[in-house]
Amino acid sequence: MKLNEKEVEILEILQKDARFEATDIAKMIGLSEAEVAETIRRLEEEKVIVHYATLVDWAKMDNYTGVTAMIDVKVTPKRGVGFDEVAERIYRFKEVSSVYLMSGVYDLSVTVEGKSMNEIARFVSEKLSTLDSVVSTTTHFQLKKYKHDGMIYASKREDNRIVVSP
Amino acid sequence: MNITKSYVAKSVERMRPSGIRKFFDLAATMEGVVSLGVGEPDFVTTWSVREAAINSLERGFTSYTANAGLIALRTEIARYMSERFHVEYAPKEEIIVTVGASQALDIAMRAVTDPGDEIIVVEPCFVSYAPLVELAGGRAVTIGTTGETGFKLQPEQLEAAITAKTKAVLLCYPNNPTGTQLEREDLELIADIVRKHDLLVIADEIYAELAYDQPHTSIAALDGMRERTILINGFSKGFAMTGWRLGFTCAPKEISSAMLKIHQYAMMCASTPAQYAAIEALQHGMGDVESMKKDYRRRRNYMVQSFKEIGLDCHLPGGAFYVFPSIQSTGLTSEQFAEQLLLEEKVAVVPGSVFGEGGEGYIRCSYASSMSQLQEAVKRISRFLDKQKGRAI
Repeated sequence: MKLNEKEVEILEILQKDARFEATDIAKMIGLSEAEVAETIRRLEEEKVIVHYATLVDWAKMDNYTGVTAMIDVKVTPKRGVGFDEVAERIYRFKEVSSVYLMSGVYDLSVTVEGKSMNEIARFVSEKLSTLDSVVSTTTHFQLKKYKHDGMIYASKREDNRIVVSP
Repeated sequence: MNITKSYVAKSVERMRPSGIRKFFDLAATMEGVVSLGVGEPDFVTTWSVREAAINSLERGFTSYTANAGLIALRTEIARYMSERFHVEYAPKEEIIVTVGASQALDIAMRAVTDPGDEIIVVEPCFVSYAPLVELAGGRAVTIGTTGETGFKLQPEQLEAAITAKTKAVLLCYPNNPTGTQLEREDLELIADIVRKHDLLVIADEIYAELAYDQPHTSIAALDGMRERTILINGFSKGFAMTGWRLGFTCAPKEISSAMLKIHQYAMMCASTPAQYAAIEALQHGMGDVESMKKDYRRRRNYMVQSFKEIGLDCHLPGGAFYVFPSIQSTGLTSEQFAEQLLLEEKVAVVPGSVFGEGGEGYIRCSYASSMSQLQEAVKRISRFLDKQKGRAI
């Protein structure tokens, strides 16, 4: 699908901050509010805009025990469907938050979110490793989230500029 | 023995302090101010550029550089100026790395001004121009551009200001504070007059990277202008490096060696770590410049459109990061407007009058702030205008 310059601009703006309203985007890129709203609706319909969500820093919550693991998975691709079939079997699990097909020494990069380390261990040993096509798994637990989707989690950026300058 | 006289030079005593100072002092004491008064990018210098400076320090590059700057940097500047603005300068003889564009302006003025020489200063403009001319012993002859022409210098205005004593014309486009850009066809008309009267141009093109509608045309790129132009540029605005204090001049050999004399006695050289950072900026930083520019462009559009909607007449500025709306409909002077707006709604803007002739009746609003700050500022200014209308009735 070919996107025009304005459509790309709208996507760039929303990708940075999904809460921009059509009226403001319209002013930023020189379209009418109605045109922007219609473009966004169409992009949603076409699934170019997949979803709007919020980045949450759960580590801020007291007693938060949730863990995230990134699992390198080696699989045997199947004739006719390649990696797609096994990828689908994996991404259907609700614990799985992302699945990518990778170049390099392993095939699928799977991110799993769980309430505890045990929960993830159980998922890997009982669900993932037992799939026919899965040859091996290597599980890496995330220890701390510094930056995610372009956002730095820990920092509080201050504006150090003087208030009025020539 | 008692001191019976002032030691301060008469010429300095006569100088007026910058009008911006007053607003800075007032705004600095207040909490919760949304500032549209800042004349520098809100972006932090790109990490790879900062990292290059750190690396240079780790490797112990802490000595002076050549007076004119690291030759590696001057070579990069020459390449950059050629690729971006189609002007050719020899790194060894025609480029000087300075402490910001401000120092570049200073050595340019001092290198060309004899006592009594007139330098034409086109206002509204950056607050230092006229004082720098005077410190160099010259006389600043001001031309006030107007809102009706979108603050573009008109050829006939320039023609009228030229006398037998005129030495140079100081131009700044894209302009601070108006954001006005002169496109090639505008510049051609100015260049004709400059050539006709055999004048020099000091072109402050510090905002050249931030031109939003057309690529910036440097006046030095026009026929027969290179030999009569001192180009001033730097890293502060486009590369978001204000605090590094790094600028440069490009000028024909004769003028460059004159400026270099002053530079070597007064400054020795620009900061070494900053020079290493600048090399990285020119080699690998253009992508970041483009992405910042994209953001500025959207914010500019947002501000102009928003001001129009709340009833402030505003031309669409072609560059820099300022919009310069008219506040004449309120019946207030620009200083009254700025002061009341700050006190009542805690929005800091700079009254146009501090930028000289033609600035009265306008305010400078910098959009080098996050969109959320700009949205808040527009909301507050709109409320302020509504209250003003209420008072008028």
